Amino acid sequence: MSADPTQTLAFDTSCHLFSGCGFNTVAPGLHSFLFEPIWGNTNGLYFNKPMLLALLGSIIVVGFFWAAFGKPKVVPGKLQMVAEAGYDFVRRGVVYETIGKKEGEKYVPLVVSLFFFVWMMNLWSVIPVAQFPVTSIIAYPIVLAAIVYIVWVSLTFKRHGFVGAFKNFTGYDKSLGPVLPLAMTIEFFSNLLVRPFTHAVRLFANMFAGHTLIVLFTIASWYMLNGIGIAYSGVSFVMTIVMTAFELFIQAVQAYVFVLLTCSYIQGALAEHH
Amino acid sequence: MTHSWVQFAAEQENPLVPPWPELVIGLIAFVIVFGFLAKKLLPNINKVLEERREAIEGGIEKAEAAQTEAQSVLEQYKAQLAEARHEAARLRQEAQEQGAALIAEMRAEGQRQREEIVAAGHAQIEADRKAAASALRQDVGKLATDLAGKLVGESLEDHARQSRVIDRFLDELEEKAEAAR
Repeated sequence: MSADPTQTLAFDTSCHLFSGCGFNTVAPGLHSFLFEPIWGNTNGLYFNKPMLLALLGSIIVVGFFWAAFGKPKVVPGKLQMVAEAGYDFVRRGVVYETIGKKEGEKYVPLVVSLFFFVWMMNLWSVIPVAQFPVTSIIAYPIVLAAIVYIVWVSLTFKRHGFVGAFKNFTGYDKSLGPVLPLAMTIEFFSNLLVRPFTHAVRLFANMFAGHTLIVLFTIASWYMLNGIGIAYSGVSFVMTIVMTAFELFIQAVQAYVFVLLTCSYIQGALAEHH
Repeated sequence: MTHSWVQFAAEQENPLVPPWPELVIGLIAFVIVFGFLAKKLLPNINKVLEERREAIEGGIEKAEAAQTEAQSVLEQYKAQLAEARHEAARLRQEAQEQGAALIAEMRAEGQRQREEIVAAGHAQIEADRKAAASALRQDVGKLATDLAGKLVGESLEDHARQSRVIDRFLDELEEKAEAAR
């Protein structure tokens, strides 16, 4: 990193589309997801904005729940009521619905933590100043998906033994007859290799795309703001607001989908026949 | 300037390959959240939710207890009421019987008194009749002897004989009367 990388914000440039600048100078791309380290350098140890947001986000989540559940009361206050609603939504709406009350109770803390952690990391996308979804850096979804993967795979072995787990992974079913080896191969790859990958990438790609769209419209609003471009800029600005609202929705949905899949995997690991 | 950063980005590896420091930070961040929630905050709220559930169900239980108590009190009250009614009926019956007995007794007493009075009257009448009869007998005897004396012209001196005759005569008369009756 010998060059002098500068964060590409639309406002970094005083150049506009119709005042001589071309199309390929400021468009958002992969570089919108790379940050100059706050500390260290990218060849070794470093600390950058997404890391700061990740740690800050987890402190916010813990802080929120500490304020709500630190000294909980039987007759709840407003904050506790809100937090309880969120907790209850994940516990009943996701865990009990998929795994069941008896088996699922053990996994409630994990799933609740995952949901609020992912949601907070997504929410950074629209929080002023931060304005970057931590989950659009693949490392974070991978960590979470890996934790879930380890949980359900080890659970499958623990529950069914080695042969049982293998049957569970491969969807062993005698009635398939001659197609069985093919089906087992596909299932094995699908469950053990593709599943964790899609689990992580689904979240990553959604947040990546969402952030790209918002950045694109934001930059365009500024970049086209001269001459005839003002009309385009207006449209772009409206789109920025629309996309931000849409992202708010997607952030919650993606957090929900992430934990729903988590529960579905755990449920599959507990099931007698996959 | 901007170009160099874009250049740098292009030089970076695939965006799907995570740099390990970010993996570590991601893990730390999640462990912070999971640790606090799983070890302290969620058990906290679970305890309170359980307490709340118990408080609500306790209230329901209390209400049920109160209801059963009310029910038993009502039954007791009804039983007492029935008993009281029974008692009242019994007392009324007794009073009626007593009254009837009293009336019967008084009637018997009245009867007895009436009979006594009647008997006394009869006795009186009998005594009077006897007195009258004896007085009459004397008077009739005297009048008859006087009359006979006057008719015969001589006094019948012999009283003893006289009275015997008279008595015999009267007895005959009485016997006749008895026979005629």
